[in-house]
Amino acid sequence: MANFPQSFWGYRRENGRVGVRNHVVILPVDDISNACAEMVGHNIKGTLAIPHSYGRLQFGADLELFFRTIIGTGRNPNVAAVVVIGIEPGWTKRVVDGIAETGKPVSGFSIEGNGDLMTTAKAARKAQEYVQWATELQREECPLSDLWISVKCGESDTTSGLGSNPAVGNLMDKLDPLGVHLCFGETSELTGAEQVCATRAAHPEAREKFLQTWNAYNDFILENKTNDLSESQPTKGNIAGGLTTIEEKAFGNFQKIGKQTNFIDVLEPAEEPQRGPGLYFMDTSSAAAECVTLQAAAGFTVHLFPTGQGNVIGNPIEPVIKLTANPKTAATMSEHIDLDVSGILKREMNLDAAGDALINCTVRTANGRYTCAEALGHREFVMTKLYRSA
Amino acid sequence: MTTHFIVHEPKDTVGVVVVDQVQAGEEATGWIMETDETITIQALEAVPLGHKLALTDIASGETIFKYGNDIGRSIADIPKGGYVHVHNVKTKRW
Repeated sequence: MANFPQSFWGYRRENGRVGVRNHVVILPVDDISNACAEMVGHNIKGTLAIPHSYGRLQFGADLELFFRTIIGTGRNPNVAAVVVIGIEPGWTKRVVDGIAETGKPVSGFSIEGNGDLMTTAKAARKAQEYVQWATELQREECPLSDLWISVKCGESDTTSGLGSNPAVGNLMDKLDPLGVHLCFGETSELTGAEQVCATRAAHPEAREKFLQTWNAYNDFILENKTNDLSESQPTKGNIAGGLTTIEEKAFGNFQKIGKQTNFIDVLEPAEEPQRGPGLYFMDTSSAAAECVTLQAAAGFTVHLFPTGQGNVIGNPIEPVIKLTANPKTAATMSEHIDLDVSGILKREMNLDAAGDALINCTVRTANGRYTCAEALGHREFVMTKLYRSA
Repeated sequence: MTTHFIVHEPKDTVGVVVVDQVQAGEEATGWIMETDETITIQALEAVPLGHKLALTDIASGETIFKYGNDIGRSIADIPKGGYVHVHNVKTKRW
């Protein structure tokens, strides 16, 4: 019998997906609409404005990624309803239409011809209506298969590969058979373990897609690097902490996908999974806030973040659970650590117990308990930009 | 009983020190996570927290195994109980 709950309490949305938070988001389409979005956010209690730096004069694949990220953020089931504000009506409508496909309430407002104050007045009225509607929604009991969990580690040290990453892997091996959607990324930090990672593809098509993605990344690095990467990977800090080679670092990172779980598809950044339950690899940067922002935009609702030296990242809409196996970090940065698995290093806790503890922590978070990052107000929303704007 | 170092898989040829430091000459106790076995090794050199100890004699040019996988090659003979790091191990990538 499993030592963890088989269900959680979430908000079932119009399209059947389940959210673990109930945000009413005020979403600016572009950088110059941030002020208006924040004005609405300040005036209507219970809303969440998500300001960002982009959305003007982008083009091609970079623009597509921008729309996928911004629309995906609105589509995420942790979001109950959305007020979209853009400088002009065209792209505003494109974002509204993308979010509306989920069936959730969404309205768009544009600033040109109205000004910030008139736009705020109209948008705030709609935001108030959404908040009063959303706060009346009730959580219902849902099977664990309604969870979508993303993972990414940061500020890693040798304790990451020993304890916190294998604890996440243990969770994956237990939740994958239950039909949970899972996602890992960090294309760059698989370097050294990419051939072994390729063997974890569930079928040849996923394997090919993964190797193509990794090779494209590697070619980009080789093209742009200015020196031998041995000075950067592992970093001097990694070496001081005991990591010797990039392979060793990559295999530490790779512990997050467990021992049995195979990935069923490879996703573009912020791409929503289409192949049903299972583990997905997403092509992402290894920068924490960028990676989690892309995973949240793809629809993942709870994030697991193992750390060694103590990364403090959060996300506006996807709760970020932090765990560490480093006893020093657990003691000196306790306000950032949701789960301490340093007992693994002292042999007081085995991986099975650590995995169960992490599932329990994940379910409590899904049920509504704030993570450390939420309580501390960490709302890092960082879009990935592919190249300069026109 | 103190665990001085941890080994991921039985195939591994290195273990990671999890106490502040293993002293030269110390009889160090290790735990193989995968099989839950206990092993002991006499450390030949001091090895700090997070750094690696050789679990077997490793000849120059041999592959180093950690996580049951190839993490690089030795560039010097490393005796069992020796300190394993950038001075005697290199990546195979470049």
